Amino acid sequence: MMDADNAIDVQGLTMKFGRLTAVDHIDVQVPYGIIFGLLGANGAGKSSTIKMLTTLLKPTSGSARVAGYDIASAPHEVRRRIGYVPQMLSADGALTGYENLLLSARLYSVPSVERCARIEAALDFMGLVDSAHRLVKTYSGGMVRRLELAQAMLHKPAVLFLDEPTIGLDPVARHAVWKYLNDLNREFRMTILLTTHDMEEADHLCADVAILHAGKIAIHGTPAELKAKIGALATLDDVFAQFSGAMGDAGRLRDTADARRVARRLG
Amino acid sequence: MLSFVSECHAIADVELRKLIRDPTELLSRAIQPVLWLAVFGQVLSHVRGIDTGKAGYLAFMTPGILAQSVLFSAIFYGIAVIWERDLGIVHKLLVSPASRWSLVCGKAVAADFRGLVQAVVIYAIAYVLHVSIRWQLVAIVEVLLVVALGSGIFSTFSLIIACIVKTRERFMGIGQVLTMPLFFASSAIYPLSIMPPWLRVVATLNPLTYLVDALRGLMVHDEQSMYGLEFDCGVLILVFVALLAIAVRLYPKLVQ
Repeated sequence: MMDADNAIDVQGLTMKFGRLTAVDHIDVQVPYGIIFGLLGANGAGKSSTIKMLTTLLKPTSGSARVAGYDIASAPHEVRRRIGYVPQMLSADGALTGYENLLLSARLYSVPSVERCARIEAALDFMGLVDSAHRLVKTYSGGMVRRLELAQAMLHKPAVLFLDEPTIGLDPVARHAVWKYLNDLNREFRMTILLTTHDMEEADHLCADVAILHAGKIAIHGTPAELKAKIGALATLDDVFAQFSGAMGDAGRLRDTADARRVARRLG
Repeated sequence: MLSFVSECHAIADVELRKLIRDPTELLSRAIQPVLWLAVFGQVLSHVRGIDTGKAGYLAFMTPGILAQSVLFSAIFYGIAVIWERDLGIVHKLLVSPASRWSLVCGKAVAADFRGLVQAVVIYAIAYVLHVSIRWQLVAIVEVLLVVALGSGIFSTFSLIIACIVKTRERFMGIGQVLTMPLFFASSAIYPLSIMPPWLRVVATLNPLTYLVDALRGLMVHDEQSMYGLEFDCGVLILVFVALLAIAVRLYPKLVQ
């Protein structure tokens, strides 16, 4: 029954590399149709988690279901229902935008009669029609990211995974990516899980966030709930600092928030 | 099966487009066989120090140099795969529902294009140097098929090494260390009969020897395959399938 409600259902998921425990018994449920943010400092276990959920990495223990299928026992079914945009700008620079999309369409077995129409639609959705037949190496970073989103939406995945989607992009491109992610989420009811350490991004996009620290989920809730826990004027940055291990002493943050409140009152 | 073919085709098609767009690598790879045949081969064929039968030394070594070109153009293929891993392309391929067999076979088919271009280059050099080549269409098609098989073997071998060493720097080192021994411990430029016994043992374990042997029987007048074409092809197909099976297991580890 749980699957009917949750696009992602993670139970006790653990990943060990030798003696290092990268992900330590995490439990997360992501309902269908929301944008979920997995936050954490570098090395907190975000990438390992996303690799397990996208079937790239076999968990040491624990289980997870994505779009209703178990990642360990039915990885092929999971792959058919997800899209993935890795952290690196991974479109092939030696090919045109159209050719990159054609490759994705073929690998995802988009029926050949629909291929052209779907590619055109994805290009149109991402605002790339005019540059479709240019080599991707001439694209800007923001355009490459949009092309990757176009690739990831071709087969209409139920769940889209993005690993640090706006890392290295300029502010204009970053906002454009946010807009497109929101559009994908709204128009296609696509569930999106993204990792980020950009708190503004999480605040802007995510209905629900979990902060990972040292492989464990330090806190989980809506951005508003998390901010409320720290104090009235707290930002997600403060929440992040509090729970991501960036600041060891819990008391100090509340002090910072208080100081800020005082400062604001005084003008 | 249908999806296997279409996925393979998707991967190979991409590589072919890239190769046509930027043929620099193909052209630079053509220089080496020219040197081997036009310089080394021409000189050594005057020495007559190696008994290679009545076809002459140049005819003897032409299939050997073709096999060498196939080896050299395929063996560094793994570098491109490591590069693709660094760019995240391999991640995307592995998250797609395409089967691992299609991904690995698609790569092998893509490497075949390079091998086939090498074959065309060798035929052209052989024509210019008046090597007694069998110009029958059937023989040429058979040569091309064997070349494709050889390219598949060495590119898949290269993919396996890439999956094990995982970085470009280490790969370059290993690639250099492997190519020359594979080449010299084969019947590419001298017959097995004049090798010291230990080298002969190594050569019989080297797939390049069977590639050379098959090509020698098919390509040149008055030369024949030592083991027989069926045996050579049997060995090559077995090696190819074994390497594919290993690559299918190792390829997903590249992103872990």
